[in-house]
Amino acid sequence: MPQPSVDINYVANLARLDLTAEEKVRFASQLGDILAYFEKLNAVDVTGVEPMAHAFPVFNVLEDDVEQPGFTPAEALLNAPAQRDNQFLVPKVVDDA
Amino acid sequence: MSDPLHSLTLAELSRHLAAKQVTSEEVTRAFVERTRAVEPKVGAFLHRDEEDALAQARASDQRRAAGKSLGPLDGIPIGIKDVISVKGQPLTAASKILKDYISPYDATVIERLNAGGAIRWGRLNLDEFAMGSSTENSAYQTTANPWDLERIPGGSSGGSAACVAAGEAPAALGSDTGGSIRQPASLCGIVGLKPTYGLVSRYGLAAFASSLDQIGPMTRTTEDAAMLLQAFAGHDHRDSTSLKQSVPDYVAAINAPAKKWKIGVPRDFFGNGLDPEVRASIDAAIKFYQGQGCEIIDIKLPHADLGLPVYYIIATAEASSNLARYDGIRYTHRSAQAADAVDIYFKSRAEGFGPEVKRRIILGTYVLSSGYYDAYYLRAQKVRTLIRRDFENAFQTVDAILTPTAPTAAFKRGEKSDDPLAMYLSDIYTISVNLAGLPGMSIPCGFTQNNLPIGLQLIGKPFAEAELLAMGRLFETAHDYHSRRAVL
Repeated sequence: MPQPSVDINYVANLARLDLTAEEKVRFASQLGDILAYFEKLNAVDVTGVEPMAHAFPVFNVLEDDVEQPGFTPAEALLNAPAQRDNQFLVPKVVDDA
Repeated sequence: MSDPLHSLTLAELSRHLAAKQVTSEEVTRAFVERTRAVEPKVGAFLHRDEEDALAQARASDQRRAAGKSLGPLDGIPIGIKDVISVKGQPLTAASKILKDYISPYDATVIERLNAGGAIRWGRLNLDEFAMGSSTENSAYQTTANPWDLERIPGGSSGGSAACVAAGEAPAALGSDTGGSIRQPASLCGIVGLKPTYGLVSRYGLAAFASSLDQIGPMTRTTEDAAMLLQAFAGHDHRDSTSLKQSVPDYVAAINAPAKKWKIGVPRDFFGNGLDPEVRASIDAAIKFYQGQGCEIIDIKLPHADLGLPVYYIIATAEASSNLARYDGIRYTHRSAQAADAVDIYFKSRAEGFGPEVKRRIILGTYVLSSGYYDAYYLRAQKVRTLIRRDFENAFQTVDAILTPTAPTAAFKRGEKSDDPLAMYLSDIYTISVNLAGLPGMSIPCGFTQNNLPIGLQLIGKPFAEAELLAMGRLFETAHDYHSRRAVL
């Protein structure tokens, strides 16, 4: 198990989440405590134990490929923070060629 | 009917409606007016639309007058936790990031309540994205415990629990990821049932941790919980984790003669943090079941005390992935300060999420990150298997397991809000049940000297909801804890 210390900038970047300087200090310290608490799990022998992702076996559920009622464009865009021409509007994401 | 309508149970209201002794409009108006009177003290609702509720009630009365009643829930107001989609109504998950969000569709549980004629009554407060145990993590307001307004109602379904305990609705929907139905039910003196994972559709529930979340009923009695669960349990093709399991008649089950169950008691697991008054109530409940001819069996759950670290790894990992959808692009708050498209993610999420949600996203991202995945997430999943095996072993010899629901009665506002680990400990008895996917129910089993409710938890085998409800019903028939009402 690695040492319970967190590179908070690295993790916040992965999470796409800006943190204030104060949040970084506070979360790093609290997460250190929580990770230290997680060390309890190191005492458990898990040799040969299968990991459990779900309480019951999960299978793909497939639908027949038939037309079904869905959202109208207006319903799909009901909560859009910005929209134009029946589409979600975002700033340009590619540079000019 | 000398008692005011707002103090009646769902089953009582249903019987009065069926006998045409009262109309749905009268019932709904009683809850609307009760809510107006006590809501300034309680603060359970994030949103409510009185006119909409009364219009639904009049439609119900017309159906009934025409002989077309849709069943036992027709015309009864049900409060809805603000993480469950109701078409045309707000859904904030008590987060600023969904401040202006309106649901464009109904959750499956809501579709089924609609098919039964139930009245959708308001949006109930919670810890932001159901992350918390006190409802103090709501971005909008705190909710008071109706039994002592200085104390928290529990969480995360604190609004749902307080609403029912205060008589603002006869019943409510909650959701439970690690105890979020059972712990607030316990702290507010009501019944709360977390169904077996996969019994109730999660379609239309704002996801926190998808392998743990379940929607369930929060009511005054086990009979009410049976009636409400009956209305929405069962397979749904829109939730790939929904199980094709037949749904028994829960109401018939609780009215059947009580059995002499074998009840397991994991005393080692009760631990040092258990409040003496809670312990005394649990001991009295154990004696009661023994007196009814039930066999009490000491059991061991050797890995149960690891439930908390396992839960906080798995639940935060799943949450960090689920909450990636709140990106400021399609249906959430978008920051006005963003420099470019990618910066929309960083700034919208920073502005939209509260401290506990940020803390859990960071933790979940960390345990999934390269180099740490095996040490934390994979190991937690393996220990989860061991926790489930403990229960499977116990259920070889017992029908159900009895524990406290929470280690203490309701604590004071602010008491634990700055100490995440102390707050997490209030879910110590409930968390393992979610990890194992089992049904669990909290029922009122006593009061402290300060008149605060105490709850006991019954844990069952997969799909043993009917049996848990029957066991709870047996306790109710000999005690009056469930019929006491908070004075407001």
